[in-house]
Amino acid sequence: MALKMVKGSIDRIFDKNLQDLVRGVRSHREDEAKYISSCIDEIKQELKQDNIAVKANAVCKLTYLQMLGYDISWAAFNIVEVMSSSKFTYKRIGYLAASQCFHDGTDVIMLTTNQIRKDLSSPNQYDTGVALTGLSCFVTPDLARDLANDIMTLMSHTKPYIRKKAVLIMYKVFLKYPESLRPAFPRLKEKLDDPDPGVQSAAVNVICELARRNPRNYLSLAPLFFKLMTSSTNNWVLIKIIKLFGALTPLEPRLGKKLIEPLTNLIHSTSAMSLLYECVNTVIADCCVCVKTDTCPRPPQLCVQKLRILIEDSDQNLKYLGLLAMSKILKTHPKSVQSHKDLVLQCLDDKDESIRLRALDLLYGMVSKKNLMEIVKKLMVHVDKAEGTTYRDELLTKIIDICSQSNYQYITNFEWYISILVELTRLEGTRHGHLIASQMLDVAVRVKAIRGFAVVQMATLLDNTTLLAGSGQHKSICEVLYAAAWICGEFSEHLEDPVHTLEAMLRPKVATLPGHIQAIYIQNAAKLFAAVLNGQQGTPDCQTMQESSQLLIDRLPLFVQSADLEVQERASCILQLVKFIQKLQHKEVEVGEEVTALFAGELNPVAPKAQKKVPVPDGLDLDAWINEPPSESESEDEKPVAVFAEEELRHARPHHTEVDEKELARRREARKQEQANNPFYIKASPTSQKDSTGVEHIPVVQIDLSVPLKVPGMSTSDKYLKLEEERRQRERKERGKKEKKKKKKREKRSGMGRRHDSGPESEEDIAPAHMVDIVTEEMPENALSSDDDEKDPNDPYRALDVDLDKPLADSEKLPVRAHRPTNILKSPADDGEVQEVPKEPKKKSKKEKRDKEEERKVRLLWLRCPNGEIQCTCTKSSKHKKKKQKKDKEKEEKKRKKQHGHSGDREGEESVQNGTLEEEPLPVCDIQGNLQNGSQVVVSIIFENKSTSFLKSMEFNVLDSLNSKLQRPEGSGPHDGLTVPFQLPPGVSNEARFIFSVQSIVMPQRLKGTLTFIVKADDSSTHEKLDFKLHFTCSSYLITTPCYSDTFAKLLESADLKGTSVRLQEVSLPFHHLLAKICFHHHFSVVERIDSCASLYSRSIQGHHVCLLVKYAHQTVTIDAKCDESSLLGNVLEEIKKTFSQS
Amino acid sequence: MRFMLLFSRQGKLRLQKWYTAAAERDRKKMVRELMQVVLARKPKMCSFLEWRDLKIVYKRYASLYFCCAVEEQDNELVTLEVIHRFVELLDKYFGSVCELDIIFNFEKAYFILDEFLMGGEIQDTSKKSVLKAIEQADLLQEVAMIQSVVLSLGQ
Repeated sequence: MALKMVKGSIDRIFDKNLQDLVRGVRSHREDEAKYISSCIDEIKQELKQDNIAVKANAVCKLTYLQMLGYDISWAAFNIVEVMSSSKFTYKRIGYLAASQCFHDGTDVIMLTTNQIRKDLSSPNQYDTGVALTGLSCFVTPDLARDLANDIMTLMSHTKPYIRKKAVLIMYKVFLKYPESLRPAFPRLKEKLDDPDPGVQSAAVNVICELARRNPRNYLSLAPLFFKLMTSSTNNWVLIKIIKLFGALTPLEPRLGKKLIEPLTNLIHSTSAMSLLYECVNTVIADCCVCVKTDTCPRPPQLCVQKLRILIEDSDQNLKYLGLLAMSKILKTHPKSVQSHKDLVLQCLDDKDESIRLRALDLLYGMVSKKNLMEIVKKLMVHVDKAEGTTYRDELLTKIIDICSQSNYQYITNFEWYISILVELTRLEGTRHGHLIASQMLDVAVRVKAIRGFAVVQMATLLDNTTLLAGSGQHKSICEVLYAAAWICGEFSEHLEDPVHTLEAMLRPKVATLPGHIQAIYIQNAAKLFAAVLNGQQGTPDCQTMQESSQLLIDRLPLFVQSADLEVQERASCILQLVKFIQKLQHKEVEVGEEVTALFAGELNPVAPKAQKKVPVPDGLDLDAWINEPPSESESEDEKPVAVFAEEELRHARPHHTEVDEKELARRREARKQEQANNPFYIKASPTSQKDSTGVEHIPVVQIDLSVPLKVPGMSTSDKYLKLEEERRQRERKERGKKEKKKKKKREKRSGMGRRHDSGPESEEDIAPAHMVDIVTEEMPENALSSDDDEKDPNDPYRALDVDLDKPLADSEKLPVRAHRPTNILKSPADDGEVQEVPKEPKKKSKKEKRDKEEERKVRLLWLRCPNGEIQCTCTKSSKHKKKKQKKDKEKEEKKRKKQHGHSGDREGEESVQNGTLEEEPLPVCDIQGNLQNGSQVVVSIIFENKSTSFLKSMEFNVLDSLNSKLQRPEGSGPHDGLTVPFQLPPGVSNEARFIFSVQSIVMPQRLKGTLTFIVKADDSSTHEKLDFKLHFTCSSYLITTPCYSDTFAKLLESADLKGTSVRLQEVSLPFHHLLAKICFHHHFSVVERIDSCASLYSRSIQGHHVCLLVKYAHQTVTIDAKCDESSLLGNVLEEIKKTFSQS
Repeated sequence: MRFMLLFSRQGKLRLQKWYTAAAERDRKKMVRELMQVVLARKPKMCSFLEWRDLKIVYKRYASLYFCCAVEEQDNELVTLEVIHRFVELLDKYFGSVCELDIIFNFEKAYFILDEFLMGGEIQDTSKKSVLKAIEQADLLQEVAMIQSVVLSLGQ
């Protein structure tokens, strides 16, 4: 209560708090936009104030407005300001606003990197949490790269609250910055065993999401997850794991078998529907795999049963999902689903349209030769009942899909199919007239045996034009007439009464059809006419011929006047032709054959791919210019014109938009006046106008259509259904007789009575009604083989397809502290390497010969310790392999340098020495803590055996200096080597760690060392030795430590620090690159930056403070530095100098 | 999960959370389209629909529609449970939540959602720990608030 009062008093500080705004918006429903624009003005004023509370309030209001759809991107900078408030209250609002409106294109995101880093390392877990949450919404590739390491550190935070969030956000980081996946993965894997269930489930979540995209790389985790699955009781986690297995099984079929049992148990035991559903889905997926490899233990009978229960459930959601899953089983086990046909058909009656559509999908896969007719009959009933054209159209397309699937595989009786199509034309207002039409054409063209029947049906359709054209405003259905006319014309030899059909095609009513259909009518009328002439040839009575000629001459003039050019042209052409024929007829000349010759030849269907498959003939270059390309100068000449025109357009456009309604009306009136006075303008005839308005007044009689319209003379599919049934029965009987005869014979012979299985007839038993030869589509000769599928190159998850089991190479380390992205690409070391590369090829050939005799290469890579501080690599080869070795290493290094670009301290020795240096790895890598332990340095090395021989008995030794000593086990002498605790088979690598104790860190160190090992070949073994050098730079003793500006100021004020300065000339880098370079190579962090001046801070492992003030002007950089240890500072500055002198 | 929307029966957006970055214009277009599709559905219909290349899972609680877009392979029933869990959380926090609570305290609703889901994945399956985190963060906020009041009174 007290809090509320306090809150109230705070609210009074502001002009208007969020609640007021919401209330205001709600009470200004009419002029919302106006009210809000006044609010935005107010907010702009508030943002100008210095008071952070007022600013935060303004940002909060903006977030609300953003949700209402108003643009607030202009306030992005203010949001960043609120984000960087030190008060959690405001920070929270700032991050919320940022997460709602920042995206990849927001430029101020760049400014947030340091702020977010600061928040991530905040001692208050809620600060960290809020930063992580916000980051998860607006992380960009740059942020991901710069912060990956910080987030990775948080994955081992002491608080599970932070660990959980850090683990989850890693997924987003991986997506934006795929290079981080390999280095972070081991830690992510560790989190699967986290004591906190929330963290564990977060890790499962992330790995599952990763694995779903690129399952191959996660196969090795299968045993681990298997254990988790059998032990976990958290359904959320279980579902994720099961989903993961669903992704893995296609790659490892054995896994599927192993999973069946636990999954079956879960299916039986669980009461959670979501888990059950997931299990069933995975079992189905497993079975799909099994089917492919023919090892399926048993059909997923259990799944089908469970799904049946789901479908029968009254919950619509379960019903829907049941059907969805069922359709997946259908693909592999159609038989086990087909027995539930009743259920699926029942779902067609469901109230919910989406369920009906799912059921339809299922039906598509359930049909067989046997049940096709029955199913389609049911669907036809639904078509009649269906309310709403969308669903009816859906039914119509499904019927056609079902029938036409896989090249009409399931149709045994095409007469039935044609009659179905004809019945479908009764549908009023369907959008799919063209679909029916194309089916008719397809069947008539490709199934030769059906043409006679089809033509008769089509003739009937044509005869009923009035019915079709007259119905509804949706003209789509009249597309059917297009098909009908074409079929009748093309296959006119099958017509019973061609003259009658000819008459039907030339009725005046036809002129109301769309132009392209009229054109087809006329063309095919001509074909029919030719057929009539041909048919009457030789008969003494030539009256029919003359009658039909006259008919054409009478009717065609109507079409000659058509507004459609195509119709007009064809009509006048054919009219002239007929007139000529009539003349010849009067002279009693036989013309039939000549006219038929006009339409000779059969049209065959052409495969859609045919054009693509035509091979390019030899010597034809499709890319070559046929004519010279237009010269450059020409296009340049045109340019100014284009620019001008464009400009003019731009000017003109606003004029158009400004024209308002009144103006338009005025202009229309003026135009009418002008037209009325223009003697050449053809006005709309007043009579026709009257007609069109009159139509509305004609009373429309509602025709009762409860009984499906029977068109006289039109076939109904039912008839054919019955006929087909009868035919099948007859056939079965006949077959039965034959069988009996055979059986009798057999019985006589064997003397044993065997029961004959008279079960339902199988698919193969049903013979098609007539030998249907489906003409296959034509392909060009010597067509090319089928084209390959192309993978989608834009898959965002592709980049995450990396091998996670390979040990981490040095090159992959996460950048520890990078300020700006670009500079890292160009590190001094890179340049050096590029110069060296050209030497390589010469040496290579020589070396390769030798390599064949004996190949022994050992690679040493210094690897980073958990806290992520890495310096250099060390590589060395056995003497005679040196050069190749070097090259390999260089490749390796180049990769690495892209990210790290360290080793400004490289020297010209053969073996490139790099050293790494770390602090003692702390259980939790909190850089701020435990710096007292800075006298120890851990060096991790990856040994990689690149030879073909087995390496064993490796011993690592370093010549100790006074200052740095390799820590050896107690009791061993100061010069003894350390045994590397593993052996290396060919091609294998492993990592070992060595601890060094360092006394003083103010000087760079260089240690010489050797690695001895035994190379075991097939018959012999030899002793080999590798020399290397470790180089510990002073910068590598520094640890990036964030520092706030006030602390920094205090530090500088204190008298303990000694100062020195250095000047770098001719540095041409942009300032932020320069800073990033220093930060990156020498482990500094930016405290503050103002224009071209910045303060940087770092801390050594022994707690020395190092402060830098970097100024940049006219290509000259001055660095004023302060440190409590002057020689350390001197060395660090020396190293910085070197970094820049090399670039 | 790609995004989550809360909108009223009148088609007013109450909450939106996007887990993949998208330009403002595309977002608005998607929201508008999706609201139309969902609002047009009849009450008896199931909670799932396919939309573009996504699966939409929605549920209506009183006058509010909770609507999530998930990917092809995601489990619809789990998504429904996520929605329900979120509603429960809101209910616990506000005490029998109503649309007005979410309108006037929309930032709180966001905070709860952020504690529950992160980057589209469930962060914590336990209701208790989510609420605890929210309460503590609120406490922190209020302590800070009192401090600032004390300061401003002192001035």
